[in-house]
Order: sequence, then structure tokens, then C-alpha cells
Amino acid sequence: MAAWETVIGLEIHAQLATSSKIFSGASTAFGAEPNTQACTVDLGFPGVLPVLNAEVVNMAVKFGVAIGAEITPLSVFARKNYFYPDLPKGYQISQFELPIVGKGELSISPEEGVNKIVGITRAHLEEDAGKSVHDEFPEQTGIDLNRAGTPLLEIVSDPDMRSAKEAVAYARKIHTLVQYLEICDGNMQEGSFRCDANVSVRPAGQEELGTRAELKNINSFRFLERAINFEIDRQIDLIEAGGTVIQETRLYDADKNETRSMRSKEEANDYRYFPDPDLLPVEVTADDIERIKATLPELPEQKRTRYIEQFGLSEYNADQLSASRETAEYFEQALKQDEGQASQLANWILGDLAGALNRGDTEIQQSPVNPVMLAGLLRRVADNTISGKIAKQVFEAMWQGEGSADEIIDARGLKQITDSGAIESLIDKVISENPEQVEQFRAGKGKVLGFFVGQVMKRSKGQANPGQVNQMLRTKLKDTS
Amino acid sequence: MTTKTIKQIQQGLAQKEFSSVEITRQYLDRIDSYNSTINCFITVTDELALQQAKTADAVIARGEAGTLTGIPLAHKDIYCTDGIKTSCASRMLDNFIAPYDATIIEKFRQGGAVMLGKTNMDEFAMGSSNENSYYGAVANPWDFERVPGGSSGGSAAAVAASLAPGATGTDTGGSIRQPAALCGISGIKPTYGCVSRYGMVAFGSSLDQGGPLARSAEDCAILLQAMAGFDPRDSTSIDREVPDYSEQLNDDIRGLKIGLPKEYFAEGLDADVARVIETAIQEYRRLGAEIVDIGLPNANLAIPVYYVVAPAECSSNLSRFDGVRFGHRCDNPVDLEDLYKRSRDEGFGDEVKRRIMIGTYVLSAGYYDAYYLKAQQLRRLIKQDYEKAFQQVDVILCPVTPEVAFKQGAKTDDPVSMYLQDIYTLALNLAGLPGMSIPAGFSQELPVGMQLIGNYFDESRLLNVAHQFQQATDWHLKTPELA
Repeated sequence: MAAWETVIGLEIHAQLATSSKIFSGASTAFGAEPNTQACTVDLGFPGVLPVLNAEVVNMAVKFGVAIGAEITPLSVFARKNYFYPDLPKGYQISQFELPIVGKGELSISPEEGVNKIVGITRAHLEEDAGKSVHDEFPEQTGIDLNRAGTPLLEIVSDPDMRSAKEAVAYARKIHTLVQYLEICDGNMQEGSFRCDANVSVRPAGQEELGTRAELKNINSFRFLERAINFEIDRQIDLIEAGGTVIQETRLYDADKNETRSMRSKEEANDYRYFPDPDLLPVEVTADDIERIKATLPELPEQKRTRYIEQFGLSEYNADQLSASRETAEYFEQALKQDEGQASQLANWILGDLAGALNRGDTEIQQSPVNPVMLAGLLRRVADNTISGKIAKQVFEAMWQGEGSADEIIDARGLKQITDSGAIESLIDKVISENPEQVEQFRAGKGKVLGFFVGQVMKRSKGQANPGQVNQMLRTKLKDTS
Repeated sequence: MTTKTIKQIQQGLAQKEFSSVEITRQYLDRIDSYNSTINCFITVTDELALQQAKTADAVIARGEAGTLTGIPLAHKDIYCTDGIKTSCASRMLDNFIAPYDATIIEKFRQGGAVMLGKTNMDEFAMGSSNENSYYGAVANPWDFERVPGGSSGGSAAAVAASLAPGATGTDTGGSIRQPAALCGISGIKPTYGCVSRYGMVAFGSSLDQGGPLARSAEDCAILLQAMAGFDPRDSTSIDREVPDYSEQLNDDIRGLKIGLPKEYFAEGLDADVARVIETAIQEYRRLGAEIVDIGLPNANLAIPVYYVVAPAECSSNLSRFDGVRFGHRCDNPVDLEDLYKRSRDEGFGDEVKRRIMIGTYVLSAGYYDAYYLKAQQLRRLIKQDYEKAFQQVDVILCPVTPEVAFKQGAKTDDPVSMYLQDIYTLALNLAGLPGMSIPAGFSQELPVGMQLIGNYFDESRLLNVAHQFQQATDWHLKTPELA
């Protein structure tokens, strides 16, 4: 059996976060009553004309600059002609030969320590179509044109990915980036961020690409990975059984975890693209690019580097923290309280906090333990008011809404005992009650020390400073010998 | 009274010789008498007209009248009119009532003009004889058996027959100039981008331009003044200050350089039409203009280029008429395919279908480069011809049509000979230049038009050159005797 190589390219549709549509003044808000957010321009009425929303150009350029792409000085809107009931004009206004964003690239890290550059062929602006509703009217199809004219940035990658894992890493990276840039809300359930995957296989070592299938209807990263893996297996099985892959569009069915043929090449449309005579070419000057560049926020890549260099974080922690704008913001807010705690904060955010958020199905922005509270907790660990173990209890209490770390420590009397007199009397008691173990220690069994520490901590209800207990025990036990 | 020019109506209203209601009623009566014969109106908005006239009279009485207050006008049925049927002379839009006004309609409404009704046209503005109308052909007021030209045939016939003192039209390849010529009236197609296309049902978006038809150049100036101007709702409209088009009308034209393109006086031009144009040229010489021979070497490309570009754009523009949201929908469609096919088959006439098919073909994969792309390249050559010519001359003069109005039915079975009607007018639309048609004389008792072509945004000069001719001649004052 030959070894197979998978080749994947992604087409990502990111809905641009403008308040009005790309060519009309109608609202883009999600979830309105059908056809209440479609004006005569969106409905393609006779005589109406499109007028470009300048904000989408800014957003596209922002994206282009962020991936180091060439920005086309004069990009052109073209009409993609095809008939479909939810496409009101009988054509979609898109960009074809001259997209606003040209070649760029993105570095991805599909697993720890692995870095890979994925080429981005282009990104172009276009309008979304409406929605066909098949299940509400018996024997008929409803058309909801609220979404018609919503601005999209279609980001097309080179066929550079070699596994579902790489494809997901790339898609996640784009997802993070567009949210950092505040050009897309990234909501996959509402369709603001959609991935189509072009998947093909070829015998390892073969230069020529295999025939690809385009996978659509994928609305989560988990499904993206599954759909691609299913498709890879399907294609390999097909070829090994003597069949051939045909170029077609396949829909992913998440319930059955399979891809199904939607339309084949025979029915493929000839879109008859031509420049839209209703719209002028979009001019982006070098000055525009500079102006937009100046508005770019710190990007994930830059944050990651800074976290490593400035705060000495591990690569893994830096990656994880910078992977989402919200997490990074949380981290940076907490840091403002105490710069010296970077490593501890990172561990807590990615450990206990992430765990709690996960269990509570809560977004980090809505965390009941806010960055100031978390920093306050860590401060009490750092100044020995409480131990790391007690800190977990306090965190839990903060999560439950019992107040700040200090309030909880006070209320529950969790303050660590550091008074050596008090600790000494506890130690004396433990030593006098356990002569056997004292014998063992004297006989050279150093491990018994742990037993004594445990006993003292238990008697102090965990509040004695463990380091101090340890040190004092050693001295006492030696003295008694 | 209905043979008055708009200028004269303005004066009459201002001097209270008559009211807007009175003159509006006279036009409505005349429409009532003659529209059944001429068929130049698809919709007559008599109630609205009288109501607008009444309002206008009140405005006039308060001394707040503008230049258009109380002036009755007719609008080509390609302009969307809020609450009034806008059919484009197509069965497809026979049931279509626009929920908005086209920008120019809005301007006329705001200016206090009175809307007499919506005029007949070739379906979706495709045609040169006004025979391609779902509502029937329009008769030429000079000879009812002849065509008025097209596609703004209803507007031209209405003005020629004095059923309206002025009307709006659109010109994609000659649709204002050719019917103006065949009906013996004046019409101007402005520079592309001068008049907003918003609310004007699109045919060839890169070629379409609205403009007025009226009895005189002076009236055209008044109407163009109301129509022109930047519109943020039309991305191709040009943001530029609108000049006072009437200001230069009386300027002397001594020393004006008029170019005669030899290609437009060559084979195919009717000898009698040529003679009439030659006499008009003499008139310009007499007025002190300098006549210069020029060449437009790529003139022969206009028809082939136009019949690639215009159908390509129309095939896409007309895709929205699919029976889904508005317009004609076939009865009991069995499925989506059936809905599309029958709705469009029943809704569109033959010429529209022919152009959709040509346009679809030239944009198809494998043909795009050979047709559409090539046509765009040649379009630039045509434009360059004119740019060179305007380095030499101020205005270009040539015929509008190769012959006078032809008999109805004469060319309906021969689309190519119909397309040749526009041989002298198409190039302007391809280049985006302004052009005018004014009456130059008569041949076989039928009007002959003369075309004046100006440089970009030089409408004021065109109107001046036309007005000076009309001050020296009276061809434009001739009106047909209606039976």
C-alpha cells in the first residue's frame, strides 16, 4: 500500500463587523425577524445601486497589513453571475481578478515546538447571500434576505496544509487574528466565521495535486478536523479500491460524521465574472496603508514574543495566553497589579482559572474572579500570608462570590501561622506524642520528617507556614538526638 | 397653448397669464385626445398631475416659485416613481409599483414640476423604433405609420405631438438623440456621470445616462439643470459643481471650431439627409464657425463593440427579474427551474431575450477574452479617437441617423439593420461623451436631426451651439399637424 500525502487549502469567510451592510445602509445585526433588515438595495430592486461602505475597506486593509500582504492599489469589484432564490440580483458582488489583499502568510504552530508557514493566496471583499429556509413551509422554500449584503472577507490559503491538525491550527490562527483586529466577532454558530476546506490526496512524493473535494457546512473547529479526516479516509479508500475522486462540493453532516456530495462538476456554474460597472475601482493609497497600520493593535505573534522576552514565560504559556485576545487582556490586566508575578499568573490563568471557566462554561470576560482578584490572591501567596494549597481554597471561594482574597482569608481565618513560638509548641507536642517515629528518625530514616511535617500542618489546620515548619522540625529533631 | 416652450410656460405662469392647473388640464385633454393614436403614454397620472398643479399654483401665488414650479412634464417609464407603476414597457414589470423615486424624479417633485405620466419606450430601453414594447408601438406624430425612434420613443413623440412640453429620457446607445431626431425635437445625452442613475432601471450600466427631450435647446438647458448633479446613491455619478446651463446660451459662436468626421458622412448615409446636414453646416459657417474635417478612424468599431458591452451588462442587470421577489411570475411553477424559465420566458420580449443571450455568450468561460475583454480594449481606442479630435475642435457635428423615420415593421425582422440605426450615436456612450440632437431640416416632409458632440462636461457649450442655430433657424418650431 502506497503512502498518501494530504493537501489542504482553506477558504475562510469572515463576516466583517460593520454595523451596516457592504453596499447599503441596512443593519447587519443577527437574529432579526426574517426580511426586516433588507432594504431595496439588498432586495435587488430595479434601478437601485450599490454604494461601498468605506469601513469594509479599512477592515480588509487591516487584515492585509497584519499578514504582511500586498495591498492592491486599485482593486475591482466583479459580478459573479448565477441564479439562486436567495441571491436577489442574480449575481453576487465579489472581487475576482483584482482582490484588495494579495499574497501574504501566516505562521502556525500545529503542535508544541513545531512552526510552519502557511501562504495566503488572497483575501477579497464580497457580499453575503440571503438564506433559504426549507423546513418552515410545506412544499415551499422561504427566503430570508436579512443576511443578503452582509460584508464578508474571503481569505483563501495556499494548499499548504498537510493534515487536519494543521488546517485547524491555521483556521484557529486566522480566527484569533480577525478578533484581535476587531474586524470579525468570530462567532461560528451564527455563521460569522465559516471555513470551507479543499481536500485532496496524492501518493507521497508526487508533485502533481490530486483531484480535490470542497467541504462546506463546517461550523466548528472540531467538525473541521473531523470532516477533513473523514474526507481523507474516503478519498484514500476510494482510490485504493480502484475508483477516482471527482471534483465536487461535499457537505459535512456533523450528526453522521460524514461528507456527502452536494453538486458535481457536471453542474458546475460558469459564473461569467466581469467588472461591476456600478462600482468604481477601490483605491488604497500608501498613505491609507500607513494610517491603518498605525491603528493595528499588538498582534498575537508580537505578544507571544514579548511575553517570553519581557516576562520570561515558557513558550507554551506565551502561546496559550496570546491565543485569544480576551485571555491576553486578562493576563495583562492582572499583571498591572503586580509585574513580578508573571509566571505565577500564567500558571493560574492557564491552570485553575481555565479549569473553572471550562467547568462553568464561562467566557473569561465573564469570569467571577477578575484579574484584580486573581492578582490579589497571588500577592498573599507571595507574601506568605497563605500557602499555595490554601490559595486553591481561597480561589474556589472567590469563584463562589465570597469576596476578595483578603476578605476570604480573614473571614475563614486562613492566615498562615508564622509565629515561631506557636509553631514550636505544636512541634513539641507532636514530638512528645510520637516517640517511635523520633527513634526512627534518629536511626537515620530521614523520610520520617515528612510524617512530622504532616502532623504539625494538620494540627495547625494547614495554616502553619510549611517551610518554617520544615526547618524548625529539622533543628528540633537533631537537638533531641 | 400646448405648443409653448417650457421657457414660455415659465413666463406665462410668472405673469399669471394662466395657471398651472389650466395648462396641465390642457395637456391632459390633449393626451386624452391623441394618446390612443400615438400611444406615447403607458400611464397617465392625471389626478396626481392636477393635484401637483394645484400645489404649484399656491406656491406661485406665494411668490416662491422655482424654475420648474408648475411645469408639466412626462417621464420615461424606466424611471422609478414612488407609488406609480414603473413598467419599462415590459410584461415583466407590468405589475411593478416602485416603493421609491428615482433621484431625478425626486428632484422634479421637489422642484414643483407636474408629472403628466409615464411614457412608452422599447422594452428595457432595448430598441431603436419603440416597436419592442409590451404596450404596443408608438406612432411618429409626423406620420403615424412611421416609428418615432427609440428607445425613448414615447417621450419624443409626446413632445413632438405637444402632449407634453418636455420629457425625460435615457440614452444607452442613442435612445434620446435618435428619437429626438426622428420626431423633430431637441434632446441631450449628458456626459456619463452627470445625471444620477439611481432609480433608473439599468440596461447597460456603463453606458446609460439620463437626459431631457424638449422643443428647444433652451428648454433642454432648463431641464438638464434640474436633473444634473452628484448623487451619493450612484457611485458612478461625478462630484462636480453643476454649471448654469442657461448662462452661455447666447454666447457668440464666431471662431468656434466645428469638426466633421469624414467617417460619419460616408456610405450608408441617405443623400437627402446629407443635403439637410450640409445646409445646416452652411448656417454655422454663416454664424462665424470654422468648419474643420477630422477623422475618427475607429468609428467602424462602435457597433461591434457596443453589441458586446451593452448585452453583457444587460444580461447581468436583468438577472434580478426571476419571478421571486417582484415582477412577473408564471402560474403554478412545478419547481425552481420551471419558475425561472417560464417567468422569464413569459416576461421578456424577443429583443430583450436576444440581448440576454448575446450577453451571456460573450461573458462565458472561453469567450470572455475574445469578446468582452477585446471589446473593452477597443472601447478605449474609440475614446482616444475623440480625445484626439477634441484637441483640434470644440464641437463635432454629424448626422444622428442614416435616414429619416422608417415605416413601422420595416426592420422588425432584421435586427442588424435596426442596430445600424445607431451607427452615429453609439460611440458617444462608449466614450461617455455628451451629445445633442437638434432639428436640422426636413426630408420627405419628415424631420432630420443633426448631432452635436461635445467634450466631457462641456454641455454648456453644446447647448450654446444648438441654441445659436435655433436662434437663426426655425426648424425646431415646426410642429406636425395631427389628424
